[in-house]
Amino acid sequence: MTTTPMPPTEAALQASFDATIAHHDRIEPRDWMPEGYRKTLIRQIAQHAHSEIIGMQPEGNWISRAPSLRRKAILLAKVQDEAGHGLYLYSACETLGVSRAELVELLLAGKQKYSSIFNYPTLSYADVGTIGWLVDGAAICNQVPLCRTSYGPYGRAMIRICKEESFHQRQGYELLMTMMRGTDEQRAMVQESVDRFWWPSLMMFGPPDDASPNSEQSMAWGVKRNSNDELRQKFVDMTVPQAEALGVTLPDPDLRWNAERGHHDFGEPDWAELTAVIRGNGPCNAQRMAHRRAAHENGAWVREAATAFAARTAQEAQR
Amino acid sequence: MNDSVYDGLLGGDSSQWAFGTDFEDPLAGVDTSVPAGIDAAELAAYCLMLGDDTLVLSQRLSEWCSRAPELEEDIALANMALDLLGQARLLLARAAAADPACVPSLPAGSPVPDEDALAFFRDAGQFRNVRMAEVPNGDFAHVVVRLLLFSNARLAILSRLRDSADAVLAAVAAKGVKELTYHRDWAGRWFVTCAQGTEESRRRLIDALGMLWPLYDELFAAHPVERSLAAAGAGVDPETVRAEADVVLDQVFAVADVPRPPLVGVRGRTGRDGLHTEALSLMLAEMQVVARAHPSGRW
Repeated sequence: MTTTPMPPTEAALQASFDATIAHHDRIEPRDWMPEGYRKTLIRQIAQHAHSEIIGMQPEGNWISRAPSLRRKAILLAKVQDEAGHGLYLYSACETLGVSRAELVELLLAGKQKYSSIFNYPTLSYADVGTIGWLVDGAAICNQVPLCRTSYGPYGRAMIRICKEESFHQRQGYELLMTMMRGTDEQRAMVQESVDRFWWPSLMMFGPPDDASPNSEQSMAWGVKRNSNDELRQKFVDMTVPQAEALGVTLPDPDLRWNAERGHHDFGEPDWAELTAVIRGNGPCNAQRMAHRRAAHENGAWVREAATAFAARTAQEAQR
Repeated sequence: MNDSVYDGLLGGDSSQWAFGTDFEDPLAGVDTSVPAGIDAAELAAYCLMLGDDTLVLSQRLSEWCSRAPELEEDIALANMALDLLGQARLLLARAAAADPACVPSLPAGSPVPDEDALAFFRDAGQFRNVRMAEVPNGDFAHVVVRLLLFSNARLAILSRLRDSADAVLAAVAAKGVKELTYHRDWAGRWFVTCAQGTEESRRRLIDALGMLWPLYDELFAAHPVERSLAAAGAGVDPETVRAEADVVLDQVFAVADVPRPPLVGVRGRTGRDGLHTEALSLMLAEMQVVARAHPSGRW
């Protein structure tokens, strides 16, 4: 007599999943997971991947005008890294059962988002440095905890990405340091750039905790490890001494050390602006999407040619 | 991986970062004395010719960044742009070291290095690149054809230049051969894919070939400086690699089943003489705008 083993019940699967999360172990692609967890991860990883790809544009804007060959090489390599990050993240997302092509369609249809910071324009070469220092710096604060996120492929992608991002941050800061040792015009350029990017950088941590709709469940699932406000505070505390060493002023009259809290107090970002930018009304939303859509559409015939050529080659190999 | 990477931004040990100070001079620690029997001004002019080819083509390739048909090709095009930019830095620095008189003068005390003075402070008429490198980008088929034609010719030249009497040029060539081998392979594979893919891809490929083919002959037209440096054992006369390059090109055309167009060269003086298309000064206006606004800037 043979017995067919009974498939585990949904309750048993859920219990096993919960135990994995409780032990801070990794969930892997072939493990059972609740649908909500899968959907949350797809949303978050896709948004992260899209951010890398859209994020190529603001800095890419200055590759053609980089003021030295060394800076041109650094910037081009950096923007190329962002494309690489997009690739790992789309691959991590594909382990959840969705294809890169589908995710790109969702982005182009406006059904998935990317980081709002990339909807701000880059207006001088100093912005290349400021993006490295503040924007990549804020991204690192957000992303380092994700190296310990509960979903294995995402966490492992983040380890590599964080290493490269910290390198990017270093190059941005080094560019600003170099410019500050240059002419008066260059110093003014750096200050003007920091003035523009400071508040949008603080907004990169998302809305305040009491207004962040997805945070609680993501924390419970171990997808997210720290709250928005905790990370924002950490970023401010780290950045203030760096700004002093650089010789720039952060544009916040309320910024001061609070010895009692052991942290810096700082002003409130303009949350209405963040909401507007997320809803599509930032300075560059339409431009960024049009650029991505044009690249995608202009490349359609190439992707079709590659597919047709691969099919023909496979057919000939069979004969 | 831990949070301390971020904390390490201030002070600490900077040797762990690649972008330290030694990346600033591409020829740091290299003996740049000009070998006996070679005219320094001619050597510099020759380095500018090869260096301008790679600088200008690199600039065109970098314009593809964030615009390619797939992420993998975006990364590949950036890689090739970076390879050519790296070659340009070495060649321009070599030109400046061989003959400082070729470097444009800047305000007293300007910290702008020679390679950047050459790249950003010369006008179009002082550039010595072939026109194939400078014509504006078209569609993806255009970049495939341009890279195939250019990299095939350049690879043949660099292969011989590895034996240059000038040790710096020989080293640049040795590095470049590895890079150009990949560029030619990438372009050759896409050339065949486009030719044999769909009706549209084949039409676009043949259109791009029609646009670029008239500039092919110039890749092999020898300038007196090239002939002279070749005679001194330091350069390569491009005429002497034409047949070798043609063999490879014919193979690619045969596999792709694309008829090779009859050879028609653009008449008159060439890019090597400083005579360019209308596109170059526009390209340089963009490339040089920030550097020229800050002739005493430190970057």
